[in-house]
Amino acid sequence: MFADYSMVELTSIFAMQGFAGLILFSVFVLMALGLAIIFGQMGVINMAHGEFMILGAYVTYLTSSVFSTYLPEYFGSYFFLAMALAFCASAGLGALVEWGMIRHLYRRPLDTLLATWGLSLILQQIYRSVFGAREVGVELPEWSMGSIALTDMIEVPINGIFVMCLTIAITFCVYLMMQRSSLGKQIRAVVQNRPMAGAVGINTEKVDRHTFAIGCGIAGIAGSAFTMIGSTGPTAGQLYIVDTFLVVVFGGAASLLGTIASAFTISQAQSTMEFFLSGSMAKVLTLLVVVGILMIRPQGLFTIKVRK
Amino acid sequence: MSLINLRSIYSRETIIGFSVLAALVFVLMPLVFDIFRLNLIGKYLTYAFVAIGIALTWGYGGILSLGQGVFFGLGGYCLAMFLKLEASTPEATKIQSTPGIPDFMDWNQLTELPWFWEPFNHMGFSLIAVVAIPVLFAYVIAAAMFKRRVGGVYFAIITQAVAAILTILIIGQQGYTGGVNGITDLRTFGGWDIRTDSAKYILYFVNGILLFVCLFIAQFVIKSKLGRILVAIREREERVRFSGYSVSEFKIFIFCLAAAFSAIGGAMFTLQVGFMSPSFVGIVPSIEMVIFAAVGGRNSIIGVVYGTLLVNWAKTTFSETFPELWLFAMGALFIGVVMAFPNGLAGLFNQHLRPKLHKLLSGKRSTESTVTTVGQFDK
Repeated sequence: MFADYSMVELTSIFAMQGFAGLILFSVFVLMALGLAIIFGQMGVINMAHGEFMILGAYVTYLTSSVFSTYLPEYFGSYFFLAMALAFCASAGLGALVEWGMIRHLYRRPLDTLLATWGLSLILQQIYRSVFGAREVGVELPEWSMGSIALTDMIEVPINGIFVMCLTIAITFCVYLMMQRSSLGKQIRAVVQNRPMAGAVGINTEKVDRHTFAIGCGIAGIAGSAFTMIGSTGPTAGQLYIVDTFLVVVFGGAASLLGTIASAFTISQAQSTMEFFLSGSMAKVLTLLVVVGILMIRPQGLFTIKVRK
Repeated sequence: MSLINLRSIYSRETIIGFSVLAALVFVLMPLVFDIFRLNLIGKYLTYAFVAIGIALTWGYGGILSLGQGVFFGLGGYCLAMFLKLEASTPEATKIQSTPGIPDFMDWNQLTELPWFWEPFNHMGFSLIAVVAIPVLFAYVIAAAMFKRRVGGVYFAIITQAVAAILTILIIGQQGYTGGVNGITDLRTFGGWDIRTDSAKYILYFVNGILLFVCLFIAQFVIKSKLGRILVAIREREERVRFSGYSVSEFKIFIFCLAAAFSAIGGAMFTLQVGFMSPSFVGIVPSIEMVIFAAVGGRNSIIGVVYGTLLVNWAKTTFSETFPELWLFAMGALFIGVVMAFPNGLAGLFNQHLRPKLHKLLSGKRSTESTVTTVGQFDK
């Protein structure tokens, strides 16, 4: 399949597809980060994670419409406010859901899965009733449009670069939070030994709620970033949920580094193959390989040894 | 098998339960409904096959599979391929550029029948394939996962991914599978026209009989030693393993059995509804099938049949009159069943109705409760 292309063309194809893969990678990482925190740290399967992301996207959409109507002179900077609002909205809803639903189901992970699936159906229908079934696109600020030409054949869009930088920044923040902040230390303590963490005075229920809320909040930011590269519909979250779960499981559930590595592998494999095969076959092959590897190595790529 | 053994497996209560359901399916429904509605109920009952399988794997074995639609779909597709080939005789398809192949292949510029379609010209092979292919597939998945002691939520996610993969594959390979429309326009089964009203009546009853065969097998499995080991695995897998049982083999068996049930359901679906499409394979239908079982009561093989009928009936009525309310209702159903009624309809029946029935029937007999609580031990 390579024979039809010259060497230069091949290089630029790989570079362009690689860059497309990097954008996919950013979406995967942003979604998977929240999921990895919730699933990896708490063992809760949140099937409504995609809907939390879409909530963030809709909040961004609303903010941009408000800015373009009332504050057109500040339109260039709406995105940063939107991101903060998206985080707050998703985290708030997450805390509410944890309080009302998840905390009653901690000992029954399979039931959590079904309950959160139900939640995702309800949220989808709410979005459909409020925003309509059609996809909505966010008007991008001017600075994020256009692209940079690296060579004659390789061009990279600016919004893609922005989303990638954002991903790196958020990943770094999550890393700092988990490793350095007192909340992060408490979260890790609760994961490693819940009764002991409780015994030294950590309020484990509160930590659970905060963990869940932060995970959902990151999903909200993911949704915010998602509006930069695509349009938002009520069911857009569901499209990504299986992929994201595979990313998290493939990477090794409790490992942030593993999540990033597996998001990178999966997105690059998929977008590179997409050029040579049809999109659906590329996805089938990628998922098959991931499932195959998971069957051989169920613990995922990276594992943290935790005494149970 | 001695008589006493049989009596302990099919206790009086079970026989009564089966009889009530049989009366409902074989007598009441055909009397009350016209053929259109009856065909609809036959369609719901094909989902009940899947739900029985879910009750066995999830309710008894504690294995949640979110990909039962895969086996339903594979069974259905195997039969649909046979029916499609029968419908695509060279005479019937002579307007195509390649007569004798299914119409969707012709639309996708295929000029000959793909090799994996060839065996489906034979009825015997197809009927065996309906059960054999899904079971084989289930065996591969289950063996790979359970031998490595992958279970719980990981198993659920992997089965879900398998469902996603199969759906994308079927939709993507339009020329070989009929794509998103599926395999449609099925006419005859061994020369017998399945579209007539009389055929629909017969198929409804065949479907009901097969359902009861599955129910009898399931009842036999759960009352046998195997069933008790399954419950033990659900409660304390490690302890069963330390007692010297090969946990994975029990899990593989029950998963394959559930796949076989689902496949039979899928095949009956194809026969009664007249088509098969990827919309019964993917993630969403697979999870819906789990909710049928959850509503009926995951620990009751009869309960799940009622659950399936009830949810599907509600779905049809609701989505006809209030389409936008249906998703709310469905979501609330998921949450409500899990949070408030983990034992579903069967749990409610055991808790409230059964003691009263006992009093009514015998007066003296002790109301021994056999409720198995879910959740308490579900880790």
